[in-house]
Amino acid sequence: MGLFTELKDSISRVTDKLFSAQEPKRIGIYGPPNAGKTTLANRIARDWTGDAVGPESHIPHETRRARRKENVEIERNGKKVTIDIVDTPGVTTKVDYEEFLDHDMEKEDAVRRSREATEGVAEAMHWLREDVDGVIYVLDSSTDPFTQVNTMLIGIIESQDLPVLILANKTDLEESSVQRIRNAFPQHETIPLSALEGDNMDEVYAKIAEYFG
Amino acid sequence: MPEVKEDGPNDGGGGVQIDLIGADRMANMAGMEKIRMILDGVRDGNIVILEKGLSPDEESKLIEVTMTEISPDEFNGIEIETYPRSETSDQSFLDRLMGKESSAKLTVIGPANQIETLHKDENLISALVSRK
Ligand SMILES: Nc1nc2c(ncn2[C@@H]2O[C@H](COP(=O)(O)OP(=O)(O)OP(=O)(O)O)[C@@H](O)[C@H]2O)c(=O)[nH]1
Ligand SMILES: [Mg+2]
Repeated sequence: MGLFTELKDSISRVTDKLFSAQEPKRIGIYGPPNAGKTTLANRIARDWTGDAVGPESHIPHETRRARRKENVEIERNGKKVTIDIVDTPGVTTKVDYEEFLDHDMEKEDAVRRSREATEGVAEAMHWLREDVDGVIYVLDSSTDPFTQVNTMLIGIIESQDLPVLILANKTDLEESSVQRIRNAFPQHETIPLSALEGDNMDEVYAKIAEYFG
Repeated sequence: MPEVKEDGPNDGGGGVQIDLIGADRMANMAGMEKIRMILDGVRDGNIVILEKGLSPDEESKLIEVTMTEISPDEFNGIEIETYPRSETSDQSFLDRLMGKESSAKLTVIGPANQIETLHKDENLISALVSRK
């Protein structure tokens, strides 16, 4: 994949950086719970830095504290961009701890999970208003994108004039429909991918370099 | 401005109170004031209808404040749905109720634990309210 040859260059790039005043861009990975945000963040981090960001899970609200991976250098088609990727908790307007009881969790753990989730979402919303330079909006393409949370979030991102890339994740699933997402947000570019399988990551990286560079 | 209150407080009598907040009243309120009013209504078990929806910034704060107020067995958060008005001139019952026409998006907000679904289609938002 050429990633290793690129890694070999990193030493010389560190020297380059001493002379470059450019701060890394903070790119927030947003989207509803369970869309695959952490799976994507981990893949990006592993591909370009060698280690992961955080745990992935089929249980919603696995990510409850935003996690940051700093100084991820992505290079594609001669474009280079240094970003801090911030994996955020899935945004929602409601959290019911009883949902977690179905996942074989004790009440105490479920209550703690829901409290952490609400704090994490509050924090992520705050950052979106104050502290983010661009957004990767991840959607599960096997589910309906026309939800109020998606509409509100995209509206919030647009009102801040932030560059946004919409990723239609989970294209490996049979029920996946990328077109449904394109129809929901025709004003933005939608890129299909499977973060789990690693499909179409080349295009994802090219677009990241193009949008956030 | 119009605020329609269906029968008394929503304290187990089986009725559902609807707070209808007119655009003029909203216009005179600060962002946090609006959010406080919405959440106070919703936490009382009411359905709050805003004739003119919130700005993106206010929506973002509404989500943030809702999250900080969620507490187990007490408040699970909100359901929210907006109804983008088209430019067409046919008036809905709400327009007539409000006595005016508006191109702003109508927004319906309710308590997540009482609203099973807020269903939206082209020209209707219907709330299925469960009476516990
Ligand atoms: N089939 C398929 N599953 C995926 C894909 N990406 C993620 N998943 C699965 O979806 C589930 C949720 O993935 P996460 O990465 O934890 O999702 P998240 O968006 O970070 O979720 P929260 O942190 O809870 O908001 C996990 O079971 C993943 O393995 C994909 O491309 N295809
Ligand atoms: Mg996650």
